[in-house]
Amino acid sequence: MDTSPPDPHLSALYQELILDHYRRPRNKGTLEQATHTVSLNNPLCGDEIDLQLRVDGDLIKEARFIGRGCSISQAAASMMTQLLKDKSIPQALALADRMSAMMQGDEGAARDKTLGELRALAGVSKFPVRIKCALLPWNALTDAIKS
Amino acid sequence: MLDVARLRADFPLLAQRENGHSLVYLDNAATTQKPQAVLDAITDYYRTTNANVHRGAYDLAIRATEAYEAARATLAAFVNAWAPEGVVFTRGTTEAINLVAGTYGRANVKAGDSVVVTAMDHHSNLVPWQILCQENGATLRMVEITEDGRIDLADFGRALERRPKIVAFPYVSNALGTVNPAAQLATLAHAVGAVVVVDGAQSTPHLKVDVQALDCDFYALSGHKMLGPMGSGALVAKPELLDAMPPYHGGGEMISRVWDDHSTYNKIPHKFEAGTPNVEGAVGLATAITYLERIGRERIADHEQALAAAAIEKLTQIEGVTVYGPRGRGDRAGVVSFTYGDIHPHDIATILDQDGICIRAGHHCTQPLMRRLNVAATARASFYLYNGLDEVDALAGALVKAGALFGYVPA
Repeated sequence: MDTSPPDPHLSALYQELILDHYRRPRNKGTLEQATHTVSLNNPLCGDEIDLQLRVDGDLIKEARFIGRGCSISQAAASMMTQLLKDKSIPQALALADRMSAMMQGDEGAARDKTLGELRALAGVSKFPVRIKCALLPWNALTDAIKS
Repeated sequence: MLDVARLRADFPLLAQRENGHSLVYLDNAATTQKPQAVLDAITDYYRTTNANVHRGAYDLAIRATEAYEAARATLAAFVNAWAPEGVVFTRGTTEAINLVAGTYGRANVKAGDSVVVTAMDHHSNLVPWQILCQENGATLRMVEITEDGRIDLADFGRALERRPKIVAFPYVSNALGTVNPAAQLATLAHAVGAVVVVDGAQSTPHLKVDVQALDCDFYALSGHKMLGPMGSGALVAKPELLDAMPPYHGGGEMISRVWDDHSTYNKIPHKFEAGTPNVEGAVGLATAITYLERIGRERIADHEQALAAAAIEKLTQIEGVTVYGPRGRGDRAGVVSFTYGDIHPHDIATILDQDGICIRAGHHCTQPLMRRLNVAATARASFYLYNGLDEVDALAGALVKAGALFGYVPA
């Protein structure tokens, strides 16, 4: 039986913080006074997210989600909903861009404090097939804003 | 057990290393690796025989046609087809089923009729029937499965009460590995006058298949799941049904005479093979069949069942692992679907990949089945003749590591 230590990329991928958000997702549930709702799924792997936003003027007052899927997609959704609170729409879209850059391996983005806990997901960039998992909630966000 | 070390030497790709580990390829229900003999057959075809088939007046084209038709005869013998002209080459199982739905189905299924499928059907043996029923105003009836992942025979009987026009089911479930009692199901369906369509994508590579003994009407198969090239496959059918069916795709080769406003059609199977066919695919598939026959399908089936049994035993010893599907050795092919606590199958697949282990994670193109199992996805290991017990050990070992990485604590 293989007893070699876990691959360093794997340990980076499945950090404590990510597993904590996966098992104890923040802002999971339905938002009573949602102004924007979007459902997105990844037909290949079945990950699902329903994102709800309460936007007042230009400001995201609250974000919640319902979803199921892998640790990466669900942790990303949990972290994103935390980060979006009280951000303006342009700020939110800028964060989506930074997140996308981090997934492409941009080290500057991975150090960008504005991404908050999401920086824990920087390791996903080493696993190209999993990038779509981390970006699923962000794609839901941009869809919600554009709709 | 088969001599795996010797067999593996025939498969160049299996010598490759993945992520620094020897490759453990356990995704054979998705597609299989190819032996050198198949690769050589494809190259040789292009080096020595390539010309367009059924139309050349020169010797080279005649040899190409002979190679293509010899491949048809080889495949016909492999599944004991009713006749070689009852073998229509297709891109695979999906195209074969769409062909039946689009021709036989369109001509024979009318408003108010019903078509029966099962809750374990692959989307390729479900969506074509959904489209047909929506177009023709017919009802699609999905037969339920039992707790242990078999077709619910009581519900199957109830579905037949409506005297469906078509009954479709998989011989072997791609997601659960269940080997269905296909001959029994066909007899029951015929008793109410239905035509029987069997999805043979997962049975043809692994079991000795005799379509006449099954007594189905249509049987669909894929070459790439049985050591052959991608894009090869066939619809095997009763010739009298094919004769009476309208054509599928229009174009060259499928016609007899073409007038300004109408055409007459070629004899079967050519009536269903419009355009230049995939001759390299047919030739490669025939070579794969020769390879499989040299080993013997009964021995392959025994080998895979032993691997599946070993995998089920090892995996169920890991606390938190749930294995889906039947437990009997005779009614399960070499497919083992499982979940592991709250670790999502995609995470399992990523972690195993770092050890060079390839498994499938997802819904396996069986979303209705996943809903019934009450899971979004499963992880699936599927075996073939070149897999060994050491790879079952590697799978179990890597799963334990995945559990540790996730800090999985059994509830």
